[in-house]
Amino acid sequence: MKYVDEFRDGALATGLARALAREVDPGRDYAFMEFCGGHTHAISRYGVADLLPPNVRMIHGPGCPVCVLPIGRVDMAIGLALARPEVILCSYGDCLRVPASDGLSLLKAKARGADVRMVYSAADALALAVREPAREVVFFAIGFETTTPPTALVLREAATRRLANFSVICNHVLTPPAITAILDSPAASRLGALHLDGFIGPAHVSTLIGSRPYEAFAARYRKPVVIAGFEPLDVMQAIRMLVRQVDTGRAEVENEFTRAVVRDGNPKAQAIVSEVLALRDEFEWRGLGVLARSALRIRPAFAPWDAEAKFGLDYRPVPDHRACECGAILRGVKKPTDCKLFGTVCTPETPMGSCMVSSEGACAAHYNYGRFRDVPVHVVGTSAPPNPDQETA
Amino acid sequence: MCLAIPARIVELLAGDQCRVELGGVRKEISLALVDGAAVGDYVIVHVGYALTRLDPEEAAQTLALIADAGIDPARALGGEHPALGAAR
Ligand code: SF4
Repeated sequence: MKYVDEFRDGALATGLARALAREVDPGRDYAFMEFCGGHTHAISRYGVADLLPPNVRMIHGPGCPVCVLPIGRVDMAIGLALARPEVILCSYGDCLRVPASDGLSLLKAKARGADVRMVYSAADALALAVREPAREVVFFAIGFETTTPPTALVLREAATRRLANFSVICNHVLTPPAITAILDSPAASRLGALHLDGFIGPAHVSTLIGSRPYEAFAARYRKPVVIAGFEPLDVMQAIRMLVRQVDTGRAEVENEFTRAVVRDGNPKAQAIVSEVLALRDEFEWRGLGVLARSALRIRPAFAPWDAEAKFGLDYRPVPDHRACECGAILRGVKKPTDCKLFGTVCTPETPMGSCMVSSEGACAAHYNYGRFRDVPVHVVGTSAPPNPDQETA
Repeated sequence: MCLAIPARIVELLAGDQCRVELGGVRKEISLALVDGAAVGDYVIVHVGYALTRLDPEEAAQTLALIADAGIDPARALGGEHPALGAAR
């Protein structure tokens, strides 16, 4: 596939790895956070971490939309779908498996009789409302700046068509406040100091918001940000650019993903979003706590299509599973293997926390692609217990 | 769910829709978020919507930069990295 395969080329990756090894300062350690779940996925899947010099460490950030969705918001959707048989609750596939209260998820609520459906796009949810005029179609919308414009578009279209049986539970969150929260919030420092030398900025989020929103952040916190594409070569080249900034004492916003990201982003998409959605005063993030001005709500002009207003839904915060370390993992202060449940009680088939649900979550990415790196090799015939996850040949 | 892929526009359809091809698969997506996209352009597709157009010149420049990394300045006698030719 064009624009995909070239950026996965093995020979080029080897060259980049050699260049990095040559260029890093052996006398110091580098710790960079990839904010975005797409990068977490790419780093795990293509073994990028194995190609890095030993003194360069990558830390997974909170940029997986499913992982930062608090239990209380999922409870809200489940409660609505179970209480009102006329409701068809639809959402993106990853959302349906997020563990919520009482051992439920949207998928398990479906088994209990709720009408829950998976959609590929917001447009599919709107089309469902047109096809089912006797039902109430509620779209549970989640995601960062990438999935927000489609939600805004369908809301505007529902309003234009006066489609009375369609509404949205808006859970859209914003990237820049989350990055700020990682370095800034008192809650973050309670969990232990996090040493970070810079950030890999999101790929597709940045196609929409541009590189400009990170500029104030880089200057204020003296942390370099390099926006990178999602392919392994993009990530490695971005790490190289970060190393150069650190070594030369710069803290700037640089763009590795110039084939898709410009400084001002996509103005057409931004205009649609601000026409339909506005900033919430505050929003609770799983792992990061309540962050001011970090999420979007539906504007009053579109209230008839706002499910929270339409059905009088209330948000009740719910604490995470006691042993789940998602909170600390999302802040970068712990690794998936630090969690007692990782790989035993909690697996992608039976996720206990949200980081295990989506393939972009730190726990799921590590489980699927990276965990054997950390598992000591057992010699056959010793008394060591077999690894339950390992398939027998 | 953040995963999004570059796909080539093969046909413009009514109502801001278009058909794209990726890896031999054709799919109808929305162009409502991008202006002026034409058949042959590559767009980044996410949850059924094109987010932006891909700039082929910038893509080539990034690849050239990455290929340059493979040249060890201590050993290089000049000339292009062989992998660059393959990537182009
Ligand atoms: S392994 Fe499971 S329970 Fe532990 S932090 Fe990850 S998602 Fe939470």
